[in-house]
Amino acid sequence: MEDLLIQALNGLASASSLFLVASGLTVIFGVSRIVNFAHGSLYMLGAYVGWSLVTQLPEGLAGTSVGFWGSILLAALIVGAIGMVIEVLLLRRIYEAPELFQLLATFGVVLVVQDVALLIWGPQDLLGPRAPLLRGSTEMLGVRFPRYELFLIIVGPVVLGLLWLLFHRTRWGTLVRAATQDREMVSALGVDQRRLFTSVFFLGAMLAGLGGTLQLPRESVNLQMDLAIITEAFVVVVVGGLGSLPGAFLAALLIGELHAFGILILPRITLVLVFLVMAIVLVARPHGLLGRASAPSRGAAAAPDPPIGPTPRPLIVAGAIALALLIAAPLLLRDYEISVLTELLIFVLFAASLHFIMGPGGMASFGHAAYFGAGAYGAALLAKHLGAPMLLGLAAAPALAGLLGIAFGWFCVRLSGVYSAMLTLAFAQIAWSVAFQWVEVTGGDNGILGVWPDGWARDKSVFFYLTLVLCIGASLMLRRAVRAPFGYALRAGRDNALRAEAIGIDGFRIRWLAFTVAAVAAGIAGGLFAYSKGSVFPSTLGIPRSVDALLMVLLGGVQTLSGPIVGALAFAGLQEQLMRATELWRLIMGSVIIALVLFFPQGLAGAVQKAWGK
Amino acid sequence: MLDVAGLHAHYGRAHILDGVGFTVAAGEVAVLLGRNGSGKSTTMKAIMGLVPPSAGSVRFEGRDIAGQPPFRIARAGIGYVPEERRIFTDLTVLENLDVGRQPARAGLRSWDAARLFDLFPSLGAMRDRPGGRMSGGEQQMLTIARTLMGNPRLLLLDEPSEGLAPVIIERMVHAIAALKAEGLSILLSEQNLHFARLVSDRAVIIEKGRIRWAGTLPDLIAADDVREQYLSV
Ligand SMILES: Nc1ncnc2c1ncn2[C@@H]1O[C@H](COP(=O)(O)OP(=O)(O)OP(=O)(O)O)[C@@H](O)[C@H]1O
Ligand SMILES: [Mg+2]
Repeated sequence: MEDLLIQALNGLASASSLFLVASGLTVIFGVSRIVNFAHGSLYMLGAYVGWSLVTQLPEGLAGTSVGFWGSILLAALIVGAIGMVIEVLLLRRIYEAPELFQLLATFGVVLVVQDVALLIWGPQDLLGPRAPLLRGSTEMLGVRFPRYELFLIIVGPVVLGLLWLLFHRTRWGTLVRAATQDREMVSALGVDQRRLFTSVFFLGAMLAGLGGTLQLPRESVNLQMDLAIITEAFVVVVVGGLGSLPGAFLAALLIGELHAFGILILPRITLVLVFLVMAIVLVARPHGLLGRASAPSRGAAAAPDPPIGPTPRPLIVAGAIALALLIAAPLLLRDYEISVLTELLIFVLFAASLHFIMGPGGMASFGHAAYFGAGAYGAALLAKHLGAPMLLGLAAAPALAGLLGIAFGWFCVRLSGVYSAMLTLAFAQIAWSVAFQWVEVTGGDNGILGVWPDGWARDKSVFFYLTLVLCIGASLMLRRAVRAPFGYALRAGRDNALRAEAIGIDGFRIRWLAFTVAAVAAGIAGGLFAYSKGSVFPSTLGIPRSVDALLMVLLGGVQTLSGPIVGALAFAGLQEQLMRATELWRLIMGSVIIALVLFFPQGLAGAVQKAWGK
Repeated sequence: MLDVAGLHAHYGRAHILDGVGFTVAAGEVAVLLGRNGSGKSTTMKAIMGLVPPSAGSVRFEGRDIAGQPPFRIARAGIGYVPEERRIFTDLTVLENLDVGRQPARAGLRSWDAARLFDLFPSLGAMRDRPGGRMSGGEQQMLTIARTLMGNPRLLLLDEPSEGLAPVIIERMVHAIAALKAEGLSILLSEQNLHFARLVSDRAVIIEKGRIRWAGTLPDLIAADDVREQYLSV
């Protein structure tokens, strides 16, 4: 009984922190329609900046309440200002860009912030001080409970109340709510949208910073905080309903308590539980608990995708030359270089499989690594537990990935836009937690080692040729499918779902099939990846791997069929080079991504295609 | 007051306005007449900066405002009432008005909620009702009232009579007359002459993105051939 009470209170305290971050995210999304991946980075910065302020207080202030609470507030304001700078320098320029590009840009910010934080604060975990006035614990209903946690429990509802007042009792709030519905009309009424957006970013970033800095007395500050919180915050925002503050509050409570009790009852599957609840909520209520089906905010017209023509002759020639070079490559290169090339080929297929659902299918997936990872684990598990030969493993890879695609796809393709993307993320996290937590079977964090090719394929060149045949073959088949009647139906559904249904296209089935095909293709890539590396780890299906795939597709350009190939080569090549050349590869990679979004919004292949067309 | 010359505008590659030119004099009510899809709304949006003009000039009180962002054009003194009304459905009547509020302008009696409720009495009875729960006619009054809160000197009214019941249209006619009496200049767009002739001094006819005829209302009513060619459906 006492345990239950303590867990319930713990859950409320985490819910408050979660709400602070999620509220900022949802407010920013409401107005700007930007899904801000960097919101977790702002949270992390809040914690770091707060730590620096508190630990470097001048003599008289150190250890005092004024010093501590002043630092907390100041840290939140500083993070708000950082958010403003990000908005003015970057996001303001890309409000008209497609949703995914905005996401890509904010992910660039994530990478940059990670390295900047590493440079300033170093890799080690930092411990914050206790909060003055709130040390120790209080007796409540017969149990002792830390005072700071009680304080946090109150912070959530108080912030919700203040935000409500801000949005409903001030003209600024009225303008923000109006802009959430129709920002173009607001500007036609004489309101300077840009200043309004910047101020909204300040508020949102400040809330994230506050959420982060308030963690100081609770847990250590580290470089993993950003991605950890952002997934949770996404879940909260999506479960609550994008743009809804009360919804975010409700969802934060739900998720917070789920965590707290999950640990008590089913410690092994808490993570799965959270994402499962999200999946259930979204299937039952496709716009979240309190969200509404919103028309896309006016004032951001998206250009239609250009039609896909036959492959132009120069491209066929270039492809043939590239293929010839690849076939000749093992004769000219050393083993290490052959491995790198093998990996590049694997990524080309991985990217092409994601492109298949994103480009022609028009569905964004934030969790495509799930299928890549399922392939890798499918092969590795067979090899480890059954001692299966490689070809069997390579066959199991797409099979397992495909099954997962059928199961997850059934949910994901019913939703649209951000909600669908978030659901893919949720499923990928479920897959990740299974790999991470089911230690007996998957080895947990230690992964599965010794997944080597059979004797005949152990030679790097032989494995390279095997990879070449499978990856290029599968990529070409995907390309072919886009031009087949199936591809027409898929694109018709993307461009106008209603009209496509009217001419007898079963959009759901077509999308479901496409999703599964993409999962199978990613599975092939994953299986090859396992054998080329000789091991698999949960990171094979982690968020960063999913983001890699997104980056490859978006860098190459969603609208062109050659995009994923160019993107995969550019991204994986660049990352490989950078990681070898410098510790700060994230900083450079992030900056490159940001620059690309700003200067080549159609992706690399798109830019080439455009230059060609002129 | 307003002097539009050689105005071109595009939606993507589609060339919609093909050198539109006309003027609106201070204190007058001018009407832009034309059939469906002739470019009336696009002309207004181009003046307002909502569709960036690709060429041409828009002079307002002597200053060229073409190419400026919409909020600056609004602050310069042009009020825009869109055809689709675009009421903020989550906001109450008072909040909708609040969004439109701009500082007072020299030499102009500025608008506030009380004065607007005199002009549109039915709005006064539903101050706290969300915009989404109002009838089409009420929304039309609210969208005009909201724009007036910015104290414009020139009002762009895009098809204010569209889809309204005769009683409401009559009220609209009175409101426009009252605004004209206040000294406001008005450019409205219409498809049919019926409403236009009740309120306007001068007409400008647009077709396929070009101005085809301009003159006083009595002249237009006398010119059967012009009406036949550009306005009959
Ligand atoms: N957002 C848009 N994208 C592409 N074309 C558009 C867009 N809006 C209008 N058009 C086209 O521009 C032309 C002029 O449209 P506009 O709305 O200016 O006409 P209008 O005279 O206001 O017509 P109505 O009386 O129906 O309101 C039409 O051919 C229309 O199809
Ligand atoms: Mg129109």
